[in-house]
Amino acid sequence: MDITVNILLTIATAATPLLLAAIGELVVERSGVLNLGVEGMMIMGAVGGFGAGYLTGSPWIGLLAAIALGAVFSLLFAVMTLSLATNQVATGLSLTLLGLGLSGMMGTSFVGQPGARLPNLDIPGLTAIPVIGRLLFGQDPIFYISIALTAAVMWFLFKTRTGLTLRSIGDSHTSAHALGIQVIRYRYLAVIFGGACAGLAGGHLSLVYTPQWVENMTAGRGWIALALVVFASWRPWRVLAGAYIFGAVWIGQLHAQAFGIPVPSQLLSSLPYLATIVVLVLISRNKRLTMMNTPASLGQPFVPDR
Amino acid sequence: MSANQDDANLLEVRGLTKTFGTLTACDHIDLNVAKGEIHALLGENGAGKSTLVKMLFGTLEPNSGEIVWNGQAVTITNPGFAKNLGIGMVFQHFSLFEALTAAENIALSLDDGSPISTIAAKARALSYSYGLPLDPQSLVGDLSVGERQRIEIIRCLLQTPQLIILDEPTSVLTPQEADKLFETLERLRSEGKSILYISHRLEEVKRICDRATVLRHGKVVGHCNPRKETAASLARMMVGTDVQAVVRAPAQGIETAQPLLEIRALSRKPATPFSIPLRDINLAVRAGEVIGIAGVAGNGQGEFFESVSGEVQQQDAASVRIRGKDAGGLSITGRRLMGAAFVPEERLGHGAAPRMKLSENLLLSRHATDGKVFVGAGGMVKSDAIYAAAQRIIKAMDVRKSTPDPEAAALSGGNLQKFIVGRELDRRPSVMVVNQPTWGVDAGAAAHIRQTLIELARSGSAVLVISQDLDELFEISDAIAVMHNGELSKPLPIAEATFEKIGLLMGGAEPGHAEHALETS
Repeated sequence: MDITVNILLTIATAATPLLLAAIGELVVERSGVLNLGVEGMMIMGAVGGFGAGYLTGSPWIGLLAAIALGAVFSLLFAVMTLSLATNQVATGLSLTLLGLGLSGMMGTSFVGQPGARLPNLDIPGLTAIPVIGRLLFGQDPIFYISIALTAAVMWFLFKTRTGLTLRSIGDSHTSAHALGIQVIRYRYLAVIFGGACAGLAGGHLSLVYTPQWVENMTAGRGWIALALVVFASWRPWRVLAGAYIFGAVWIGQLHAQAFGIPVPSQLLSSLPYLATIVVLVLISRNKRLTMMNTPASLGQPFVPDR
Repeated sequence: MSANQDDANLLEVRGLTKTFGTLTACDHIDLNVAKGEIHALLGENGAGKSTLVKMLFGTLEPNSGEIVWNGQAVTITNPGFAKNLGIGMVFQHFSLFEALTAAENIALSLDDGSPISTIAAKARALSYSYGLPLDPQSLVGDLSVGERQRIEIIRCLLQTPQLIILDEPTSVLTPQEADKLFETLERLRSEGKSILYISHRLEEVKRICDRATVLRHGKVVGHCNPRKETAASLARMMVGTDVQAVVRAPAQGIETAQPLLEIRALSRKPATPFSIPLRDINLAVRAGEVIGIAGVAGNGQGEFFESVSGEVQQQDAASVRIRGKDAGGLSITGRRLMGAAFVPEERLGHGAAPRMKLSENLLLSRHATDGKVFVGAGGMVKSDAIYAAAQRIIKAMDVRKSTPDPEAAALSGGNLQKFIVGRELDRRPSVMVVNQPTWGVDAGAAAHIRQTLIELARSGSAVLVISQDLDELFEISDAIAVMHNGELSKPLPIAEATFEKIGLLMGGAEPGHAEHALETS
């Protein structure tokens, strides 16, 4: 029984950074902007979070620093693509490369140092309940943030007027502009939100998952988050499902490798990717719904003719 | 409000100028719109009408000139500002969001923060009171163009503007829907609102407009009272010269002629969730006749053209037959080699490669059919022969250009269309299929293109014309069929066709119902 609970907890820990980065990118893409720099923003959050936590001794300050660094880094992307109308794909790729290089440089003195870890929730009486106690009331704070954020994004996009406006910009920025909507302002805010989420996801890696700094420690999670958004056809609850399927298969194959199952480890390692794609493709079979949820102006720079 | 203020102009435009590079789209435009009038803005395509209203709505910035609103000079910096002043606009190219519902589309343009549920009720009530029924929950991507226009109009009305700008509103409506719109406009006028009505359809301007301002080549060439003018005199003001009427010689012996183009039980599934399926289409076009296909835009005409031209091939080879042979499985080139020619709707990017010269565009479309003339030994292109052929077409169609062999994008829309039509005519095709032959083409060039299409048919070819312009179809067709929701009606001989009958078919009435409705009315 304890083993099951432990496995479930590790799945949540593996899924949380993916969910955070993906839900942020979902909002960005819903506004019609394609930011391929998720990996770069995430690693900046990781190094910033670790550094601030290590230097101040407070993982909470580390958490705030991770969010701030992701947001500031995304601002660079926003200025380039929104104000200067550069190509979003190229700018996003260079953001990732810049982030990987810059974080490595910033983190040279952190390598091998013990970091501060965010404590798990501990509510007297509740956390001690067998099985569900630790699952519901004993996880790290970022886990709760990620679930709350997913629910909040769902509510924001589909129940509020501002969310409707954001979706309309993603559908057609020229039409939105003709209605007097401030396209660029909305997109700035969306990109910065995405950056903050990616930063937080990075912070989760260096403050919860493995509280230490290792160069390249995001290990492609930003790319997985990007793929999740597309395969989840830009819908929040599907992103959640995708992140947890990925987490579950990931943890499952690790255990399978540990048990020495006679299957090449490379094949096992590729399972999480395959499983996530298959499941999300299966639930996205409804062409019409996919069409309705795909931001039609995704990746196109907006330059109003004057 | 005193009587004096009632007479005042709501909007005054003085010396408004807009240049794009070397082109002056609007050149010192003066325009006054009084309170409670329907003011027509007349002009051919490219005369500067759309540029002018975009400046009034804040999507374009004027280079110089002044806009005076209610007696005060204003600088309209963005559409939001125009909306706050009380200017509403119904766009020619819709500014709707396809993936959202009608109610959501309307909610987006309102700033009062009322919840979407109440907007849906408000929109429904207002739409019925103006006779423009609307289902707020329907997805815009699923709606016909006419229904989309209703949303635009309702959206505009919900903002209670003082001035409503309508850019070519009837070009996507059936005659009956247009009548409804005119009633709405007259009601708005009686409520004291002003309307700036942009159109090139002279009859409707004569019918509903109080005053008119005529633009030509970016300049105001006159103000008039359209009710006191004739359609011909208005056309002369717009074009600058008299427009030659198209002559349609009576077709002879069509009944016994061979069908050169046959469509048999052609069906096609929708390619995307928002496109129209084709449903069991049957049609025969015989040697010597012009058949017109009418219909409100977005009812499957584009899908039909793609299927007939071979851009999309059919499973059943017999569903398209050219000169008595199955062609459904052939590509565009295959069908061209059988003697057919096609002119698509979009000129740039579809009918011609914009950054290539006219002679190169000629080679692109005719390298197979005229391979012997244009391509020599070892696949080398015979530039001289192509150049000579291009010049021959330019001369025959009176294409006006600045250099001997310009890039396609350098020509005006009308001149490029003349070249593209001429390029196909030059082959003397036995089957000619044209989609929107004169869309966006000035009146003189349009008359020329129509005349050549009639002459091609009379010389023994089968001509099929798809058009949204009913006047055009009545001018050139021997019979008119109507496309609605992917279905094609039986062709109605021109002698029996009236605007009313065709209009009812365009609105979706069954042929039988159309007869019935006319008998009882």
